[in-house]
Amino acid sequence: MFSRIRMTTTALGALALGASLSMTPVMAQDSTDPIKLTLHDWTGQLITTQIMGEVLKKAGDNVEYVQADYLAQFAGLESGDLHVAMEMWETTGRDAMDAATATGKVENFGPTGMKAKEEWWFPEYMKEKCPGLPNWEALKDEKCAEAFSTAETAPKGRYLGGPVTWGGFDDERVEALDLPFEVIHAGTDAALFAELESAYQRQAPILLWIYAPHWATAKYKGEWVEFPEYTKECYTDPAWGSNPDMAYDCGKPFGEIWKVGWAGVKDKWPDAYKAIKAFTIDNDEMGQMITKVDLDGKKVEDVVAEWMGANEARWSEWIKK
Amino acid sequence: MSTPTADSTHRPIAPRLDGAALSWPWLIAGAAFVLFWRYGQPLAQWAFDYPRGWQVPAQRWISNAMKWLLDSASFGLFTFTDLTRFIARLIDLPYQLALSLLSTGFLSGQGSGAVEILPPLSWAAVIAIVTLMGYHAGGRRLALLVAICFGFLAIFGQWNSAMVTLASILVAVPLGVVGGLLLGILAYRYPRFERALTPLLDLMQTIPVFAYLVPILFMFGFGPTAAVVATLIYAMPPMTRITILALRSVPSEILELGKMIGCTRRQMTWRVLVPSAKDSLMVGVNQVIMLSLNMVIIASMIGAGGLGFDVLAALRRLDIGAGLEAGMAIVALAVALDRLSQAYAIKAGSERSAAQAGNFLQRHPYTFAALAIVIVTAVVGLAVPALQHYPESLEVSTGGFFDEVVRWINVNFFDTLEGLKNLVLLNVLVPLKRLLGGLPWLGVTLFLAFAGWRLGGAKLAALVGALAFFIAATGQWEKATITVYLCGISVIFASLIGIPIGIAAAERTRLWKWVQVVIDTLQTLPSFVYLMPAVMLFRVGDFTALIAIVAYAVAPAIRYTVLGLQKVDPRLIEAGRAMGCTPWQLLTKIKLKLALPEIMLGLNQTIMFALSMLVITALVGTRDLGQEVYIALTKADTGRGIVAGLAVAFIAIIADRLISAGAARIKQRLGLA
Repeated sequence: MFSRIRMTTTALGALALGASLSMTPVMAQDSTDPIKLTLHDWTGQLITTQIMGEVLKKAGDNVEYVQADYLAQFAGLESGDLHVAMEMWETTGRDAMDAATATGKVENFGPTGMKAKEEWWFPEYMKEKCPGLPNWEALKDEKCAEAFSTAETAPKGRYLGGPVTWGGFDDERVEALDLPFEVIHAGTDAALFAELESAYQRQAPILLWIYAPHWATAKYKGEWVEFPEYTKECYTDPAWGSNPDMAYDCGKPFGEIWKVGWAGVKDKWPDAYKAIKAFTIDNDEMGQMITKVDLDGKKVEDVVAEWMGANEARWSEWIKK
Repeated sequence: MSTPTADSTHRPIAPRLDGAALSWPWLIAGAAFVLFWRYGQPLAQWAFDYPRGWQVPAQRWISNAMKWLLDSASFGLFTFTDLTRFIARLIDLPYQLALSLLSTGFLSGQGSGAVEILPPLSWAAVIAIVTLMGYHAGGRRLALLVAICFGFLAIFGQWNSAMVTLASILVAVPLGVVGGLLLGILAYRYPRFERALTPLLDLMQTIPVFAYLVPILFMFGFGPTAAVVATLIYAMPPMTRITILALRSVPSEILELGKMIGCTRRQMTWRVLVPSAKDSLMVGVNQVIMLSLNMVIIASMIGAGGLGFDVLAALRRLDIGAGLEAGMAIVALAVALDRLSQAYAIKAGSERSAAQAGNFLQRHPYTFAALAIVIVTAVVGLAVPALQHYPESLEVSTGGFFDEVVRWINVNFFDTLEGLKNLVLLNVLVPLKRLLGGLPWLGVTLFLAFAGWRLGGAKLAALVGALAFFIAATGQWEKATITVYLCGISVIFASLIGIPIGIAAAERTRLWKWVQVVIDTLQTLPSFVYLMPAVMLFRVGDFTALIAIVAYAVAPAIRYTVLGLQKVDPRLIEAGRAMGCTPWQLLTKIKLKLALPEIMLGLNQTIMFALSMLVITALVGTRDLGQEVYIALTKADTGRGIVAGLAVAFIAIIADRLISAGAARIKQRLGLA
C-alpha cells in the first residue's frame, strides 16, 4: 500500500516537472480547479460518484464532493457551480435532464452502463394468497385484489406508487389494464420503503413500486410483476396491446442511468471529460456494493477502495491519455 | 384592573362570549351561505368550480419575470446576477472561516489538492470553550448543561456533521440579527417604510421555503451560501418585528432624557434606544437561532451538508436509530445555543457593566482562558491524536435498538393502530375533506369577507376577500381546500391535546418544566425523524401527515395556554374563591375566560405552525398546496412554486387577521384592552 502511494506521488511529481519544463503546451491540460461531483442521499449514487472521484484523483485531477438534491442540482449544473452528476435515471430524471440539456448549459455524458429497472413488486409470501403471480393477469382476480386491499381501498386492492413527481403512469396503467386496484402515491421513496419494511415485518400484503439497483431487492425476498413488455408504441399508440382504446397497457420502461454535467467540463478539464465519458459499471457489481454498505454496514469509502483495488486494469484504461 | 362589566356603552353589558357568535348578521350570512351551497350549484356552476378560462396565468408571469431577472436584468455596469453572485461571495467569506475553524481546518488550495495548514479546533477545545461560555453566562449549572449537549455530539459520533451545521448557524445568526435590527430601526424611524415592510415580513414567514428555493439557487449559486440566504429569509422577520416592538416600548422618559442632553439622531439610536431595548432584543436573537436550526434539513438539500444530510440519508436506508441520533444532535445544539443566548440575555439585562479596572488580562479573563485552551489543546493534540479527533472506539450508538422498538410495536400493535386510524379516517377526515371540497369558492370568499367586515371593518373585509379570490383565480382552490382541511383538523387536535396539558401544567411548576423539555424537543427535532416510523405504523396518507402536524403544532397551543393562565390576576381568582366558586367554576368562569386572548394567540400560532409543516407532509403523499410546492421544486418551476407558496401564505394571513381581530374584540369586551 505504502509503496503504491509513494510511486503515485513520484509519478505525479515527474508529471508536474515535465509540464513545467515543456515550454509549449502540446495539448490542453486539465485545470487545477476542483471538479465538483454531486452526492445525493442514496448509497448507490454515493458509490458511483466516489469511484469516479477516486479514478479522477488517480489521473491527477482535483476533486471535490458536494452534497446536493437529485433534482435541485440542475440549477447548479447549469450555472457551472456544480460539474458532474453521476446518476441521472432515465425513469425519474428524464424531464429535468431534457429541460437542462435544452438550455445548452448541461451536457449528457452518456450511459453509466447500469440499467434502471422499475416495476410493480410484491414479497414472496404473497404468492400464497395470489397464486397466479408474478403474471399480471393474476391481479385481475377479485380475490387477489382483495388480498391486497385496506379499509380505505376495499374491495379494490391497494398499490403504493412512487411520489407524484416520479410520474410513471400507474393511474393510466390501472385503467388501461382494467385492474381492480387503487393507486396511492407515496410522497418520497423513504416513505415507500418504510411501508415495505413495515409490511414485511408483519408478513402483511403489499404491492408497490420498487426500483433497482437498490438494497431493497437484496434485503427482501420478492418478485416483479410481469406485465406485457414495454415498447415505445405501447405508451404512444392506443391500438397497441390488450386494450385497443388506451395506451399504457404494458409494463414500465427499462432505462439507462445517465451521467450528466456542466457543458463547460469538456473545455476546462478535457482529460477528466474523457475519463467520465469512459466510466461504466454494471448492475450486478453495483448491487453487491450497495448490499455491502446498506446491509453489512461497511463504509462507502472502504467498499470503493476495495473496488479500486480489484479493478485497476479497468479504471486505468479510462484515464489513459 | 377594570372588571368585565365596565364595558363600552354601545354593546350589551353582559360579557357573554357565545352571544356574539349568534347575533343576527352572522345567522343571516351563515344561512345565505348554506342555502347557496346546497342549492346554488345548478344556477351558477362557475361559483363552485373556478372556470379555467378566467384563470390568471400568474405562474407564467412569475417564471418569465424570474427568467428576465436572471438572464437580462442589468444595472448598467453590472447585471443582476453579478450582484447576487457578489453577495454570495461576501457571505461565503465568513462561512469558509467558520467552517475552517470548526471542521475542515485551514487549507491551502481547493478540493482534493488542498493541503492543511492549520487543523480545525479540536473537539476538546470546542467543548471547553462552550463550557466556559456557559459558566460565564449562567454559572455552573449552565456550564454543565452545555458540556453535556456538546459531549453528546462527540460521544454519538455526530461531531463532524454538527460542526458543519454549527458553522452555517454561526454565519446565519449574526447576519439575521444585524439585518433584522437594521430593518427594525428603519421601520421604527420611518412609518412609511414600516407599512411597506409589514406585509413583506408576513410573506417571508408564511411562504414555504421550498417555494423560493429554486430562484435562490439560481441567484446565489448552489451550496451553503444559498442555504444561508434561505435561512435568513425565514429567520429574520421575528428579529425585525421584535426590534420595532422593543424600540416602541422604550419609556418616554429615557427618550426625553436623550433629547435633553442633546443626542444626535445616530447617538439617539445606538447610545439610547438600542441599549435600553437590549432585553427584548435578545428574545429576537433567540428566535433567530431557533428558526435557523429549523432550517437545517432543508438547507442540507441544497448543499449545506451537516446533520440535516445525515438525517435524510439515514432515513433513506430506513436506519431509524441513526436518523434519531442525528436528529437528537440537532436538538442538543438547539438546547445549548438557546440556553446560552437566554443566559446572556438575562446577564445583559441585570449587569450594567461595572467600572472596568485592572489591566487587559484582568478585564478579559474568559477571553484569555479560551485562547489558552485553544493553544494548549492544539499543541497537546499533536501528540495525542485522541484530543484532536474524538476516537471512534469511544463512540456510542443506539445501533439497531430503535429499529427493534419500532418493529416490536409494528408486529404487536399494528392491527390496533390500524383500527384506530380507520376510525378517525373514515369518520372524521374523509367526510370533512368531502365537505370542504364541495364548498363554492365564491360563497367561501364572500363569507370570509363578511367575517372580516364584522370583526375588523371594511379594510379587513377587502383584504380577506382579495386574498381568497387570488387563491381561486390562480387555480389553487381545490388544493387550498385540502390544505385547509388537513391543517384545520390538525389544529383542532393540537388544541384538544395542547390546551388541557397547558391547563394542567400552568399551576404545577415541576410538570411545566418537563412539558417544556418535551415541546422544545418537538419543535427542534426534524419531523422527518418521526415521520418515517409513523409511515411504518400508519402507512402513507393524510393520517400520518396529521400526526406529524399535530406533533409540531401542539407546542404553541400548550405554551400560550400556560402563558395566559399564569397572567391571570391572582386577586380575581381570590375573589372567585371568596364567592364560593368550585375549582371547576374557577377554571371555566374566571381563569380560562381571562386567558382567552392569549389562548387565541396560541391558536393563531398553532395555525402558523401547522401551515409551515405542509411541505414536510408532502413527503408522505398528501395532495395539498404543500405537494404543489414540492412538485414545483423538483421540476425547478419558479412560477408554480411561488404561486402555490403565496396561496399558503394567504391562507395563513387570512386566518391570522381574522383571529387577531376576533381576539381584539374579546379583549375589548372583557375590558382587558
